[in-house]
Amino acid sequence: MAQGGHGVVRSRSLLDGAILGPAAIDAGRKLDPRVQLRNPVMFVVLAGTVISAAEALAHPSAFAWQITIWLALTVLFANFAEALAEGRGKAQADSLRRTRGDTLARRLGADGQEVQIPASQLRRGDRVVCGPGDVVPSDGEIVAGVASIDESAITGESAPVIRESGGDRSAVTGGTRVLSDRIEVRITAEPGQTFLDRMIRLVEGAQRQKTPNEIALTILLAALTLIFVPVVVVLPPFAGYAHGRVSVVVLIGLLVCLIPTTVGALLSAIGIAGMDRLVQRNVLAMSGRAVEAAGDVSTLLLDKTGTITLGNRMASAFLPVGGHTESELADAAQLASLADETPEGRSIVVLAKSHFNLRERELSPPHRFVPFSAQTRMSGLDVGNRRIRKGATSAVRHFIEAAGGRAPADLDELADRIARAGSTPLAVADGGEVLGIVELKDVVKSGITERFAQLRAMGIRTVMITGDNPLTAAAIAAEAGVDDFLAEATPETKMALIRTEQAKGQLVAMMGDGTNDAPALAQADVGVAMNTGTAAAKEAGNMVDLDSNPTKLIDIVEIGKQLLITRGALTTFSIANDVAKYFAIIPALFASTYPQLEALNVMRLHSPASAVLSAVIFNALIIVALIPLALRGVRFRPSSAASLLRRNVLVYGMGGLILPFLGIKLIDLFLTATRLA
Amino acid sequence: MGFALTLLALVVCLALAWRLLGAYMVAVFEGRAHWLSWVERPLYRALGVDPGREQGWQRYTASLLIFSLVSILLTYALLRFQALLPFNPQHLPAVAPALAWNTAVSFVTNTNWQNYAGESTMSYFSQMVALTVQNFVSPAVGMAVAIAIIRGFARRGSAAIGNFWVDVVRSVIYILLPISFVFALVFVAQGSVQTLAGPAHIHDLLNGVGQTIPRAPIASQEVIKQLGTNGGGPFNANGAHPFENPTGLTNVLSILLLLAIPVALTYTFGRMVGSVRQGGAVLAAMTVLFAGWLAVAVAAEQGPNPAATAAGLAHQPGGNLNGKEARFGVAGSVLYDIASTQTSTGSVNSAADSYTPLGGLALMAGMAQGDITPGGVGSGLYTILLSAIVTVFIGGLMVGRTPEYLGKKIQAREVKLAALGVLVMPVTVLVLTAIAVAIPAGTGAVLNRGPQGFSEIFYALLSQGNNNGSAFAGISANTVFYNVVGGVDMLIGRFGIIVPVLALSGVLAAKATVPASAGTFRTDTPMFVGLLVGVILLIGALTFFPAVSLGPLVQQFSHGRLF
Repeated sequence: MAQGGHGVVRSRSLLDGAILGPAAIDAGRKLDPRVQLRNPVMFVVLAGTVISAAEALAHPSAFAWQITIWLALTVLFANFAEALAEGRGKAQADSLRRTRGDTLARRLGADGQEVQIPASQLRRGDRVVCGPGDVVPSDGEIVAGVASIDESAITGESAPVIRESGGDRSAVTGGTRVLSDRIEVRITAEPGQTFLDRMIRLVEGAQRQKTPNEIALTILLAALTLIFVPVVVVLPPFAGYAHGRVSVVVLIGLLVCLIPTTVGALLSAIGIAGMDRLVQRNVLAMSGRAVEAAGDVSTLLLDKTGTITLGNRMASAFLPVGGHTESELADAAQLASLADETPEGRSIVVLAKSHFNLRERELSPPHRFVPFSAQTRMSGLDVGNRRIRKGATSAVRHFIEAAGGRAPADLDELADRIARAGSTPLAVADGGEVLGIVELKDVVKSGITERFAQLRAMGIRTVMITGDNPLTAAAIAAEAGVDDFLAEATPETKMALIRTEQAKGQLVAMMGDGTNDAPALAQADVGVAMNTGTAAAKEAGNMVDLDSNPTKLIDIVEIGKQLLITRGALTTFSIANDVAKYFAIIPALFASTYPQLEALNVMRLHSPASAVLSAVIFNALIIVALIPLALRGVRFRPSSAASLLRRNVLVYGMGGLILPFLGIKLIDLFLTATRLA
Repeated sequence: MGFALTLLALVVCLALAWRLLGAYMVAVFEGRAHWLSWVERPLYRALGVDPGREQGWQRYTASLLIFSLVSILLTYALLRFQALLPFNPQHLPAVAPALAWNTAVSFVTNTNWQNYAGESTMSYFSQMVALTVQNFVSPAVGMAVAIAIIRGFARRGSAAIGNFWVDVVRSVIYILLPISFVFALVFVAQGSVQTLAGPAHIHDLLNGVGQTIPRAPIASQEVIKQLGTNGGGPFNANGAHPFENPTGLTNVLSILLLLAIPVALTYTFGRMVGSVRQGGAVLAAMTVLFAGWLAVAVAAEQGPNPAATAAGLAHQPGGNLNGKEARFGVAGSVLYDIASTQTSTGSVNSAADSYTPLGGLALMAGMAQGDITPGGVGSGLYTILLSAIVTVFIGGLMVGRTPEYLGKKIQAREVKLAALGVLVMPVTVLVLTAIAVAIPAGTGAVLNRGPQGFSEIFYALLSQGNNNGSAFAGISANTVFYNVVGGVDMLIGRFGIIVPVLALSGVLAAKATVPASAGTFRTDTPMFVGLLVGVILLIGALTFFPAVSLGPLVQQFSHGRLF
């Protein structure tokens, strides 16, 4: 978990008392048949409970009542699982709502006059003014001014951020607070449609719609439920042929045991919990569909900077030319960088210090720092009559030739070699002479190569996106171990790349922040917008990463996969359970008709009544036992499909086959010992 | 030893059929075989079909349903007007309405359930024109559907799934007719009768009794009966009759013929979807289940008959010979009947009614699984692919992707259609069995009481619901009730699966294909074969376990006690 420790989206323990209580109440509330109808499996259980209760009323017996109670508990447990998953989101939504409060907005009229109105009345296109201490009343774009803003209400990140008009950092989010300065904001969201509103609805699950795969699975579960209705309904005539009778209560017990109640009960909890896991990693998915698509992603577009390499290039070597020594070069480079506050500049000073023990020194006047400019493409220092410069090779060559010098023959070759290796050459000159080149290296993040290898094993292709030239890009791509790269990337080439991948049938995920990323974000199957990004980017993507951490894309894919695996594993488990239940119930069901079938009672259950009751109790309790698994998701370790499958079939398939034999036997022993059956 | 050699010979021949016939069928359905175009072209002209024009799934389905409806009406009419038609040397009367309905549906749906004794009911004209014609076209319809679903997987972004008329015509002309022609000659050479001369009347001077020996154009009907997994022979005794199955060689050839096309179609499937391994995986799952039930049946039948043991017959060398054809022995009989119930042939050379409880269970098992191991011509493949889709859906989730099979995403619509296709048979069979055991019209026709009687009824409806056509015997099903209900059972069992399969074919053909990667759930591995076997067994067991408990299992645990 990246940022779970603070902010509104902090994680909550599975068994938080503040959630358990309301969830238990909600579980009862969800007994409404209209709610149950959404889940065909549990609806059948509810209907069975009603019939069983009627039968228990008509022919009262301890057995009939016990079965009825456990059937009712089965429904309640399922409701409880769903309520528990929702409860975590509700708690988060409540704290978000508190941050929204009742904000007043200072709207600018056409005449420039400020009018105080409630934030909820702001329309798209209105202009408002925010000063220090004001809460930004709604989502918008800064049209004038610059301000530092506390976004912790949304992101949980306490360090303030700078927002200014123009460019990619002009978006402000309703609910955040202006710390300093004054800004003029054009509102971009209609009331009720702000980012905060959407976020509240999302974590609350109020808008939750079944995702495509969830619908498909529900159909399969409904089919498996549908088939068992005739399987059970035909048993009275079947037994009647042998002049036997079967009890209605036992039949309902059998039906409920056979239909896939385990996964049916936990299915919506699994889905809600999947979204919740994303929220805990500070990612907001705008739809469950996007989370599912994340599991399917086969091509991952990753920005080089920040994802694959550390944000900045670092000086890694001093390479002298033309007979100069390394220390001469280091000395000049350090002088040229003393006033350079860019990370590259700092890294030169650091390298000079660590390699040549050159300390920062006081410079005797007169000296003058020459800042970097787009025209000269150099920076440096004039001290006495020394003019020291560092910059792009071509710019430095210009500089010395203007001073009457000549570049040494090996300069270009060296610069080329450095570029080919994926680094940036920075030439250093003193007056009319080139001293050498500082190699600025892109540092690949540690551990990222292993991460890409895992992704490859999972069948996901990684493509590095960079503005660098193809030479540099190729070198970094090779070092980081990505499968492919897009060099000199522009929004257009990015878009084209996504289109080609999609045409090949690949599902593409990408992350972006700028307005010019918006079309690509919209085109990608999973588009994650950074929270620092523009409103357009956030609008276009189907997820927002509140941490704006580009590595998050990999986490998102894993969460998507884990969600799908949890569904598959519990479905397999649920179906495999049926075998043991048949062996428990069939001999009991026909005990009076065909006592010979006692041979099928392989668990040696005590009596027909205890056998049926044990199976029904197991069926109910297994739901409770699996709630933590449904909410947490099954263990997921990135590996190939084959090894994932082998493990899950073994654990959930074989486990699902064997466990109920043990569980039902244990419950039977308990019931017998306590004389409940 | 003899049985081991038989099995070995069968495996070798089937392997050859898989590769050679399978590849030939690819050529036929991709339109690359032309050697019989001089027969083919005039047929299209007569039918008014433009062979170059493909159909969407709705038109394809409509063509199939119209063709089948016309076939049923035509067959029904021929049987009803039998007395007025030629080649009727025994002057047999018209077939009764209920029986004619059941028989017409039975042959059109590739079931060949026979509520009649052919030698005393059907004229040669009815045998040849009404029944044998359907024995050719009904497997052709099955193949057409199988090819349509294969095209669904193989194509991308396509609105069309082929032309039904072309697929049927090519199946008959290029595949069924040539093979039948060659093997009919072999059967004749082995002693199978082929004549229009009517029954032979023999006077046995030694014993002073007269005897009538029925004859018919048998060999021509016999080969397509097996090759088309039809199962309906000219005589009531079916594969146990020496004219239908004269020698040990014809016994093995019969088994080979009924397995050949269903097995080879898995190769055709693999090749057409671009990976023979995919077809191999499906065949492997079929083989595992087939071998398993064969082993159960052989072991059960080579043991003693529990009823005989209970009656005091302690020593039963040679196993349960009751109801077996002595010429073929226990193993040869069991292999034939297992092959016939695991395909949808339903021809038999021994009496299923007399099998031990577990042996009888093994015969039911093939049908309870949906007759897909390897199943009927075409129907075996298209039905097992439905189970494969269900397997892929559950298994595919477990690798963390929304599931895909052969590059096609399996989503709500695919699951809906596959589940429908998988469920229609068990629901129909269970509900109709429940009706039959609950009303006098159903129970009155049964010979035995208790679990054996239950098995007889259940087996009859299971067999018809799977378009198998084998009979457990012991049930006199030529009643209005069983004729009508059986007809309904067969129709739902056939078209209740075909329509969803064709819809699926249309949906799949229109889809784009997702390229495979290391993250894809692979469907050509032993793991998938294991899962597919598990899903088939589980669905079969979960739906039919109670019914089987009340039939064979009760008998098994009663140790030969009669009811």
